[in-house]
Amino acid sequence: MNRLLLEGKNLSRDFPAGHGRKLHAVTDISLRIYEGETLGLVGESGCGKSTLGRLLIRMLEPDSGKLYYRGNAVSGISEKDFHPYRRDLQMIFQDPYASLNPRMTVRDLIAEPLEAWHVCGSREETTKKVLRLMEAVGVPGEFLMRYPHQFSGGQRQRIGIARAIALDPALIVCDEPVSALDVSVQNQILNLLNELQKNRGMSYLFISHDLSVVHHIADRVAVMFLGKIMETGYVKDIYESPQHPYTRFLLNAVPVPDPHRREDTVELLKGEPPSPVDLPKGCVFHTRCPYATEQCRNEVPAMRPAGRTEAACHYPGVS
Amino acid sequence: MEHNILEIDHLHVVFPSSKGETSPVNDVSLRVPAGKTVGIVGESGCGKSMTARAVMGLIHAPGRITEGEIRLCGRDLRKLSEKEYCSLRGSEVSMIFQEPMTSLNPVMKAGHQVEEVLRLHTDIPESELKQRVIDIFRAVGITEPEKRYNCYPHELSGGLRQRVIIAMAMICRPRLMIADEPTTALDVTVQAQILRLMKDLVSDDTGLLVISHDLGVIAKLCDYVYVMYAGRIVEESDIFTLFDDPQHPYTKGLMDAVGSLRRDAEVLSTIPGVVPSLAHLPAGCSFCLRCENGSDRCEKELPGLIQTGPGHKVRCHLMKEAGQ
Amino acid sequence: MFQGKHSDSRIQKIPDAEQDIRLLSQLGEEQTLGKKLGRMAKENPLAVISAAVILVLILGAVFAPVLTPYSYTGMDLRNRLAAPSAAHLFGTDEGGRDILTRLLYGSRISLLTGVVPALLSLVLGTALGILSGFAGGKTDSLIMRLADIMLAIPSMLLAMVIMYTLGGGLGNVFLTLTLVNWAGVARIIRSETLKLKNTEYVEAARVIGVSKSRIMLRHILPNCVPTMIVLFTLNIPSSILTESSLSFLGLGVQAPDASWGLMINAGRQYLYTAPWLCFVPGIAIMVTVLAFNFLGDGLRDVLDPHQNRE
Repeated sequence: MNRLLLEGKNLSRDFPAGHGRKLHAVTDISLRIYEGETLGLVGESGCGKSTLGRLLIRMLEPDSGKLYYRGNAVSGISEKDFHPYRRDLQMIFQDPYASLNPRMTVRDLIAEPLEAWHVCGSREETTKKVLRLMEAVGVPGEFLMRYPHQFSGGQRQRIGIARAIALDPALIVCDEPVSALDVSVQNQILNLLNELQKNRGMSYLFISHDLSVVHHIADRVAVMFLGKIMETGYVKDIYESPQHPYTRFLLNAVPVPDPHRREDTVELLKGEPPSPVDLPKGCVFHTRCPYATEQCRNEVPAMRPAGRTEAACHYPGVS
Repeated sequence: MEHNILEIDHLHVVFPSSKGETSPVNDVSLRVPAGKTVGIVGESGCGKSMTARAVMGLIHAPGRITEGEIRLCGRDLRKLSEKEYCSLRGSEVSMIFQEPMTSLNPVMKAGHQVEEVLRLHTDIPESELKQRVIDIFRAVGITEPEKRYNCYPHELSGGLRQRVIIAMAMICRPRLMIADEPTTALDVTVQAQILRLMKDLVSDDTGLLVISHDLGVIAKLCDYVYVMYAGRIVEESDIFTLFDDPQHPYTKGLMDAVGSLRRDAEVLSTIPGVVPSLAHLPAGCSFCLRCENGSDRCEKELPGLIQTGPGHKVRCHLMKEAGQ
Repeated sequence: MFQGKHSDSRIQKIPDAEQDIRLLSQLGEEQTLGKKLGRMAKENPLAVISAAVILVLILGAVFAPVLTPYSYTGMDLRNRLAAPSAAHLFGTDEGGRDILTRLLYGSRISLLTGVVPALLSLVLGTALGILSGFAGGKTDSLIMRLADIMLAIPSMLLAMVIMYTLGGGLGNVFLTLTLVNWAGVARIIRSETLKLKNTEYVEAARVIGVSKSRIMLRHILPNCVPTMIVLFTLNIPSSILTESSLSFLGLGVQAPDASWGLMINAGRQYLYTAPWLCFVPGIAIMVTVLAFNFLGDGLRDVLDPHQNRE
């Protein structure tokens, strides 16, 4: 295993939900990201995966919990003290239309991180570096002075990626980077992300609701449900022998693009996720879990090894 | 012979733009036979939703239908007045939209909204309306229908809202239902439930037209599929032939893209380039700019839909007529 | 056939890769400022006429000495209160001065008191609005409570008090009008900033490590510009009106300088005998204010992102 890069310990974050109530987006999550790996973070909408991604790079402050970067405590320090780490922790956003300032040219967009950190000595040098970055992400150099709206979604996402890799970060949080794109374009971006990782050796935290995308890109996977991690493990183990019932239901629910296999044979999860405002007691999944017992309703299951993965379940592997 | 619920012939929808006119729907012909589910699959901007809107009579100015026929059970829809269309929508043809939040009125109780459809299109006595709505809520799998009847849309989850929309779409037993990306906004586990529900929507004398970008959804629901690209149908076939033996380079590319992701190939297959701007379509095949086998002929001459097998048509110069 | 190369060159040929959905509804096409103004010209002839009126006013103010043979202070007591004639197009006032001449010179002051305070309050209001919205917390509360107080006091009353304390004169008029108008600008720019602050591209800039001041300058300010243009055009007429009222009350520009408000004030006593003394500057004020309002509305229709009809 590679060296530990980033570690979150017991991270929690609530948001005000009106009427004095709280939305529990992330509850007591501990997570490790190693050097050079891709950690996939999957879960359904509202499970807190985006919040967790932002907590890990301090784009959001946790209510409680600690954050370590290469062994240094980086939570609880002032924004100014954290600033040097910012350069190493970058992000790619979901919406390639909203994440680029419509009034800036491609050159200025990609130069922005370089200028903010005074990476290059002169304006010419910066432009040269911008062109090299454009080449690396596959945007033709002649588009240097164009504005974002003159590009397709896929190309905009490439520009977003160029911005993220400009500072040679150690970790990029990819927040649903391909879910706004069409399949054929989505694959181009996934290939690009893989290629960049091979050449530059950074780690990804890849947040997605799409299980097949995560299957392809991740080395390890963490499955989230309602602000908690249900199961983590190597991608192969999670997809082949999931231990947590939620992981299994989630994997079964994906429609297979094969009409020969469309007969409904698998059991489906009943109902819908409970509201993150009123979390169920005990295991957060128990209201939807067909195997739930009295213990599940009262006692929060701890994360522990189960089969080849780790699962937060009192009865891992039940079926 | 089976009869068709919906027949579209050579439909053209045109939008004026700063660069002349664009055709998001270009010479589209399709059939929805009784008792069948037909799919239109394609990437964003291919014209699939616009085709559905044309059937619903919902093309707003400055867009307009310039040519073609749309027949619902033999009745020419293009000859209808706006008033006649209004009485048709909801009763004989209905639509399930992608976004369950915005397609319900936020200040009206869910039950009342469904009731409204009944009140408009049927003469069921006022006293029975509520019971009808509760029955249909039960039929689409809404738990505690009496309680949900009095809920406002924001009090319902995404899945429940989509069920309310489906209830609203089917309560008058329309001949044709159109589902435009019905599960795109939903979570996987909820999507699976809704897909299962939608499989049972079609009866012997009704049809369902499903529009989706997701080959998984199409594979799950449809009997027959049309593949659209840049406003045109490029391939049509029954579901099994399409997935087993796709012919058009675009369909192949799409299948490969999805397939390589599932196989977890080292490098995923992609379709090079981007979807061309509708304002800059080549004179010939719209896909020729991205096609590996594109020739000068492809660029200049528009291929017709060539029959390559029973019920299998492909718009590509590389195809040979079946039997030749 | 050299297929590999061939197909590559084809891919390069794809014209402007525009966003596909946008192609369907060409309405959403991202437009440059020029295109938007062109659209306004086509759809809103009133705004174009207004722009033309304003242009004529500006030309009149600039070329006043060339356009009229008279001096705006030169008395001609034999010709007091002359009715409009070929020699004096709009007649003369109680001192025998040509009214057209005084109107033209007065437009200099009216336009200046329209534009300068509108500009100053725009700068002040935008700066405080962006700061308030972006910084939040105590800074925000402080600036906004100050703005609330300014907005709570009737602006005319406030202007009168300030002018009374500081005394008349053009400089003090500018200062007063700026103090009266900045709060409205600040509130609107603040709400705009709050919206922009939550956009993904501002978050993206924060991730990159761009400093706060730079985010305000490069990401928030440029995206406020359309709103600022609209606010600017809509603030001009209110400044002109306030100045006219102040001068009318004797608190603004002092005689013998010509100001439209002052002219109405002077003509008041002759309302029945020589009505043109009041009517001519009155109509001038009305036309100018309407022209700026119509132009502002027209600009808002095409520039304001919140009013975009789609």
